[in-house]
Amino acid sequence: MATEILIWLIPLPPLVAFFLIALFANRWRGLSHYLALSGAGLSWLGSMVVFFTAISREELSKNPIISSINWLPTADTWLKLGVQVDPLTVVTLFFVAWTVLMIFIYSVGYHNYGQPLGDHDHPGLPPHGAHLKDEHGHEHRVPSVEPMYSRFFGFVALFAFGMFTLVLTDNLLALYVGWEIMGLCSYLLIGFWFGKDSARKAAVKAFLTTRIGDMFMLIGLVSLYKITGSLSYSQIFSEASLQLLTSNASPIMGLSWAGFIGLMLFIGTVGKSAQFPLHVWLPDAMEGPTPVSAMIHAATMVSAGVYLVIRFFPIISAGWVPGEALTTTMTVMAFIGAFTALFAATIALAQNDIKRVLAYSTISQLGYMVAALGVGAYGAAAFHLVTHAFFKALLFLGSGSVIHGMEHGVLHTGEEIDPQDMYNMGGLRNKMPFTFWTFLIGGLALAGFPLVTAGFWSKDEILTGSFSGGFMAVFITLALAALLTAFYTMRQITLTFLGQPRTHSAEHAHESKWTMTLPLVILSVFAVSVGWAGIPKAFPVLGGLIPPWFEEFVGSMIESGHGEEVISHSLVPLATSLVVSLGGLTLGWLVYSKVKSGQPDPLQKALGKIYSVLKNKYYFDELYQFLIIKPAFWLATSFTSEWLDRSIIDGILHSFGRFGLWVGRGLRNWFDIPVVNKTGDSLAEGTRGLGSVLRVIQTGRVQQYMVIAIAILVLFGTIFFLFSSGLL
Amino acid sequence: MNSIPMSWYLVFSIGLFCIGLFGVLARKNAVAIIMGLELMLNAVNVNLLAFWSYLYADGMSGLVFVTIVFAVAAAESAVGLALIISAYRRRNTVIAEDMNVLKG
Repeated sequence: MATEILIWLIPLPPLVAFFLIALFANRWRGLSHYLALSGAGLSWLGSMVVFFTAISREELSKNPIISSINWLPTADTWLKLGVQVDPLTVVTLFFVAWTVLMIFIYSVGYHNYGQPLGDHDHPGLPPHGAHLKDEHGHEHRVPSVEPMYSRFFGFVALFAFGMFTLVLTDNLLALYVGWEIMGLCSYLLIGFWFGKDSARKAAVKAFLTTRIGDMFMLIGLVSLYKITGSLSYSQIFSEASLQLLTSNASPIMGLSWAGFIGLMLFIGTVGKSAQFPLHVWLPDAMEGPTPVSAMIHAATMVSAGVYLVIRFFPIISAGWVPGEALTTTMTVMAFIGAFTALFAATIALAQNDIKRVLAYSTISQLGYMVAALGVGAYGAAAFHLVTHAFFKALLFLGSGSVIHGMEHGVLHTGEEIDPQDMYNMGGLRNKMPFTFWTFLIGGLALAGFPLVTAGFWSKDEILTGSFSGGFMAVFITLALAALLTAFYTMRQITLTFLGQPRTHSAEHAHESKWTMTLPLVILSVFAVSVGWAGIPKAFPVLGGLIPPWFEEFVGSMIESGHGEEVISHSLVPLATSLVVSLGGLTLGWLVYSKVKSGQPDPLQKALGKIYSVLKNKYYFDELYQFLIIKPAFWLATSFTSEWLDRSIIDGILHSFGRFGLWVGRGLRNWFDIPVVNKTGDSLAEGTRGLGSVLRVIQTGRVQQYMVIAIAILVLFGTIFFLFSSGLL
Repeated sequence: MNSIPMSWYLVFSIGLFCIGLFGVLARKNAVAIIMGLELMLNAVNVNLLAFWSYLYADGMSGLVFVTIVFAVAAAESAVGLALIISAYRRRNTVIAEDMNVLKG
């Protein structure tokens, strides 16, 4: 009972923090970050308690901790709101709680809390330094505190609420609510520095692109509700309901309802987790501050997309047993996932901005997870989700630390260079040791360095899963992508940290404060050790020493325990992962270790024309602009606004107006004036005329009056006389 | 009295009345108009007396009526002449046509 209440309470502290910051604490920076950190800390504490309680329970997947209440009345049933804790939730909750807390702590240092306000800082633009006089009277420029500090913490707190809601809920409707809250916060935070045009555009792009995915997801959600009558996981994933979904055909393309709904939900993931073709928003989203990139685009929001498809695996794989042909949705997922993994890795090779490399890397790794799920490697996909969250958050936070160091150098030397361009860095390992070592650990994890990094174990799982399932195309694509991943990671590390500083700013960089380096250290511990929770039994030498807890725990979510069966005993995938990761790392180091400042990228000579295609992201943005944005814009401005709205609709309304005026004028000129006025006027004129006619009689002469009187008297007398004697 | 038929008196009365009427309507001098008025009144008297004499000779009502008419005629002439004198003092004329202050 207490556990259920605790689970209900976990999402709430960040929400309370958001409201308090937005309504009251907006002007006090310290209070705002204290509220946000307490909120994240309380949620973290609750999550850890729930984690340890849940993993000690028997058969958690068969008896998840569920609690729900009636929420919205609909005809004769209720839409419910509730929480559910089962193995998948537990592992997701673990990494979400840790990464959120680490990022919040990091943000305090990133936004330069404790520094003075800048000289010319405006809210809406990134801070650019303040002048300080020290005791000798020298002036230096130091980093200044972010003017919109509290606003940032409010938004990330709201964001944390959205993510916790999504993870803990037991029904698809509340998941969608959390999904949309995160979409909103992503828009607000990418466009955090709203004074920059590029940030505004990136925010709108992110929101609209994910919206496309969300629209399809909503179609899936509604269809699911229509067919099964419920949105709660326990009811949707029951045997009867799955049977119902698989056996009935939907009106689309001969897919069963399960296939159709799975596909629609997957499109939601394509949008949210930036898979091809909706990947275009994520690189532009690097316009936001680095903690935002870490949180939204590495650890939590894009992971939510993958969480959704993992959660809905029973529907996506309905009717599939291992060893047989994949369902339609799974095939689509395997294809898109593998393609995206390779596609994004190729683009990452040619990027110079340190954050863009990581952005494309994220897209690529998410492709891995989607492909893993597509071939049925459920446990491997979930495992990679967890490890990726840790090492990607570590890498992003590390890059933020690097950028901070570079900015410090820029402020010090007054150079006008881009602090994010890797070609302006170099030799930072001596200047920023903590950042270097933690970034190295993260980078090696990403590349899949054997044994000591978590990335190795999870990537190996995926490669094994695709190999032993017989999906050679997927296996080869993923292996190639792994090679490129190792290559560009080493490229990044070499250009940034190794060698000699290529600019004066790099020479003057220095290490960041403890608020920034402590989270890096903690996350690197996880990046190393989390992998050891999933060492497969079949691994030579080490297998069996530590039980594969992860596979058993999370794999129990699937009825037939697909997680364990897929693991075969072939050494080919293992050998492949060793070769690609070590080979890629070595190659990257060799090519880039001798690059001096001012030299062009060695890849440019090697790849020639292809290099510029990669650098321009295969011109996808331009393609979308031409195919979709311009027509949509034309539709909105010319067609709808001018033709339909102003010409036709307004035209109709104007013509009503003109008609009314015409009728009025007509009535006035043809009836009111000639008839009504005329009557009155003629009455008066007639009277006057009559008067002037009769005036002649009034002569004032008595004798004439008498003549008239006598004449009339005689006349009437005659008439009466004749009347009375019967003659008239 | 049967020797003279009543109708002769009546015709005489009408003739006298018309002469008086002509005098009232056609004379310029205001005094002449009064004279004509007198004639009309006297003609009426003759008419009344003729009827009394031939038809109602028993009673006195005819005679009384006539007496009253005489008296009224006299008074009226006096008043009329007084008015003419007053008007003459105002306007220095006795011609009726010239007194057209009430002209509209």
